[in-house]
Amino acid sequence: MAKKKVKRVDLIFKGCDCNKVLTDALKMPKEEIIQMLLDSELKGRGGAGFPTGLKWKMAAAEKGNRKYIICNADEGEPGTFKDREILDQIPLKVLGGMALAAYVTGAREGFIYLRHEYRFLIPKLEKTLETFHQWMEDFELDFTVKLFIGGGAYICGEETALIESMEGKRGEPRNKPPYPTHDGYLGKPTVVNNVETLVYSMMVMHIGSGEFKTMGVKGSSGSKLFSISGDTPKAGIHELELGMSLDDFVKEFGDGNTKSVQVGGASGFCVPRNRFKEVHVGYEDGLKGYSIPTGGSMMLFNSSRSMYNVLHNYLVFFEEESCGQCTPCRVGCQQLLKGVEAVKYGEKSHKYLDDLLHLAATMKLTAKCGLGQSVANSFSSIVENFREEMIY
Amino acid sequence: MSEKMINLVIDGKKIAIAEGTLLLEAAKSENVKIPTLCYHEDLCVAGNCRICVVEVEGWRTLPVACATPVMEGMVVYTNSPLVRRARRDVLAMLISEHSTQCTTCYRSTNCELQDLAAEYNIDNEIYINLLKDKVFTIDRSSWSIEKDESKCIRCQRCVRTCAELQKVNALDVIHRGAQMRVTTFFDTEMSDVVCTNCGQCINHCPTGALTERRYIDGIWDAIGDPTKHVIVQTAPAVRVALGEMLGYEPGARVTGQMVTALKRMGFDSVLDTDFSADLTIVEEAYELLQRLKRKLVNNEDIALPLMTSCSPAWIKFIEHMYPDYLDHLSSCKSPQQMFGAIAKTYYAKKRKLDPKDIVNVSIMPCSAKKFEANRMEMKDSGYPDIDLVCTTRELGHMIRQSGINFKELPDSEYDNFMGESSGAAVIFGVTGGVMEAALRTAYEVITGREVPFEGLNITSVRGMEGIRDAKIKLENVLPEWSFLEGVELAVAVAHGLTNAAQIMDDVVIGESPYHFIEIMGCPSGCIGGGGQPIPTNDEIRKKRAEAIYTEDEKKKIRKSHENPEVIKLYKEFLGAPLGELSHKLLHTKYTRRERV
Repeated sequence: MAKKKVKRVDLIFKGCDCNKVLTDALKMPKEEIIQMLLDSELKGRGGAGFPTGLKWKMAAAEKGNRKYIICNADEGEPGTFKDREILDQIPLKVLGGMALAAYVTGAREGFIYLRHEYRFLIPKLEKTLETFHQWMEDFELDFTVKLFIGGGAYICGEETALIESMEGKRGEPRNKPPYPTHDGYLGKPTVVNNVETLVYSMMVMHIGSGEFKTMGVKGSSGSKLFSISGDTPKAGIHELELGMSLDDFVKEFGDGNTKSVQVGGASGFCVPRNRFKEVHVGYEDGLKGYSIPTGGSMMLFNSSRSMYNVLHNYLVFFEEESCGQCTPCRVGCQQLLKGVEAVKYGEKSHKYLDDLLHLAATMKLTAKCGLGQSVANSFSSIVENFREEMIY
Repeated sequence: MSEKMINLVIDGKKIAIAEGTLLLEAAKSENVKIPTLCYHEDLCVAGNCRICVVEVEGWRTLPVACATPVMEGMVVYTNSPLVRRARRDVLAMLISEHSTQCTTCYRSTNCELQDLAAEYNIDNEIYINLLKDKVFTIDRSSWSIEKDESKCIRCQRCVRTCAELQKVNALDVIHRGAQMRVTTFFDTEMSDVVCTNCGQCINHCPTGALTERRYIDGIWDAIGDPTKHVIVQTAPAVRVALGEMLGYEPGARVTGQMVTALKRMGFDSVLDTDFSADLTIVEEAYELLQRLKRKLVNNEDIALPLMTSCSPAWIKFIEHMYPDYLDHLSSCKSPQQMFGAIAKTYYAKKRKLDPKDIVNVSIMPCSAKKFEANRMEMKDSGYPDIDLVCTTRELGHMIRQSGINFKELPDSEYDNFMGESSGAAVIFGVTGGVMEAALRTAYEVITGREVPFEGLNITSVRGMEGIRDAKIKLENVLPEWSFLEGVELAVAVAHGLTNAAQIMDDVVIGESPYHFIEIMGCPSGCIGGGGQPIPTNDEIRKKRAEAIYTEDEKKKIRKSHENPEVIKLYKEFLGAPLGELSHKLLHTKYTRRERV
């Protein structure tokens, strides 16, 4: 597979006639829409990368006439700020994606789970919903969408914790299986998609799966919004093709002195300069060599930054934002934080970092949810690559 | 319908097992023990402690056996290097936030965390002690339950117990991350929260975070005080569970040995709550008949169904949750309290004792009895009916403290007066028992004949289903009860407060078809009480229940109204059931309480 240089794309925010896209799509048989999504190899843009077509197919196959579509707008990963822009600029495309999902699965109700901090979007979204519901009437699609305002917990971005909180319970992840497509909100089949994923489902309908697949690389097709921050002259939201190497990325976005890039936010991986060439941005199974998926957060750090401070900052965040339900995440986060502090202050030998790396490995293996399994990613990648900064 | 079978491999052994089986159960069926902490068979699966992780070939992470169903072709390892290391780490993490003062812990040697830590040889020095920066004070505000958060492993078994089994929700989780902890609703003191004191949380706690408030020292002090006459009474369910504290298998009947032990410990009189259970039955049966009469003959506005009042957890539950329906409760005090009232009046007189010198100690399978004994209204004789209450577990500890080799003890009989009892009283200890005992008496009072069941065993009210009901047709009744001729007496039995709530919801909407309902606060009744030995689970509850029924069958007297001491008590002291003195000493009233 040939390496792709950083390629800018202008798809998501570009004007398109949503009404027309929906008009055409809703005339198609449901199976055909699913097939188009499967062909496009569109994967969840929230970070986990589950094939969207497959998720819809699974929900569509469930019996019963009460199903739900939930748009996950609980954008809480530190360093991610693209969903906010999408909801602000192109909310109809998001709703369009939800309508597609509803049409395919037979759901009649949908929710936008909006994070508490994005309340300012409510008036605009409510207005858009009026338009959207009028469209639904015109299309004779029995589908209504409501807003649900989250309480602000990071963990509620995890789909089952999100569902729990919608049901009025503590936002704590559930055991899987069962998966939400089978047993979700109120025990009914539920599709939970990231804001951006829903927009891309509309884009696949708009440009076709073939065209979509010309972007990106095998296994990581299409483009994605990146939230770029840190030591970069070009901070902000950029739509790029998937599959680029970090080397190319840094050439485009770095400030000439980039020491490392944190890919995937606080729960993602820290890549040091000497590995930029071999590391690519995309889904794990699609790229040769080392590839890292991301919900879009790309944080660049230059040599003036203390990686200890970077890590410490993440750990403080996780120590507070773990739901606290399962042992590895609740205790592990505290141990990692207290552990790096103890090593830094000389209360523990530098060898303790090895114990903590073992602990981090256990956390990844045993935590209950995707978040708990990934909180230690930043720890292990930073400690492995910047060990001296942890000690001195 | 034939179940679909799933083929998988566990630790190299191929097995086929029904679809939907959890890995934990599948492993158990192959005699493979997987350690658990947050799992309890009484409760829904939580999957939060992560100790039961196993390795599955091809899986990225280690799934928990308690929450993962078997899948076709799965290759599972329950004891691989990866699994062992992960379990050790999980344990080490739990211990790093746990007060490891095991030497001074009430649950020492009966603690699931301690057992696993020993099994896995956990090095307490690996990770940083997280308790150092946190200040926890032990909550001793409740008469019944102590809460020590420094020993909590946040498995949420108590939370699930209180919500699922008891529908009380006194305990819940607050905050998140490092601050996450299990505490009372609104983080109030145990004494202020809506809590029934049932102690099921204690019984389901894997560690020493929740324990009964202990009165052991007070009891020793009383025994050691020569000016005091210390009476001990033992509840029916204690005798079939105490053995578990002292080296016997569940289901052992140790009545005689228990009595010997209590005598050797120095109690002045070892008596039986069963005596007052018989007394309760007589009072309650007459109360039922009186209510039926006032309703059916006098057309008075009398609350029916009548509901039993022996379970103090149930009493507090209804006071909080259904305060408008307190008139449905029998006004009878519980056997414990009746015993206390009689001991400080009739017994005192008979033994020429000043009631102020009598110390009434009761051994109960229950933590709510501690609260009940301290209710303001429970001192109709002018003295507190009951002075000190301890649980089956506390008694186990006391017997060990006294250096008695329990297993070697000979049997002995209860002292008298107030040591005689019927089989009907013994079965008070199991769900359905009060109903059966009441029916044995009420039926005979009404018809002059024994209940029409073989061996007096009213099997239709026995069993473990959450709610059971039965009907008994009253025919050829005695002239005095002619208004009951042809009436089909409808009764129900419920145990566990979630089931009680279901019964009450029918009462509230006026659709309860029953005349008389027995409710016990704890699953399976007192044999599964919050003061019983730990562990308590379905299998153990069943064994204790079997032991209770055997105890009943071995009794010479099987009906409460035939207890000669009860007959004598009425003759010499009380007069008649529901008489003036009965009302003063044996009956009580209830308190409306807030729901929050």
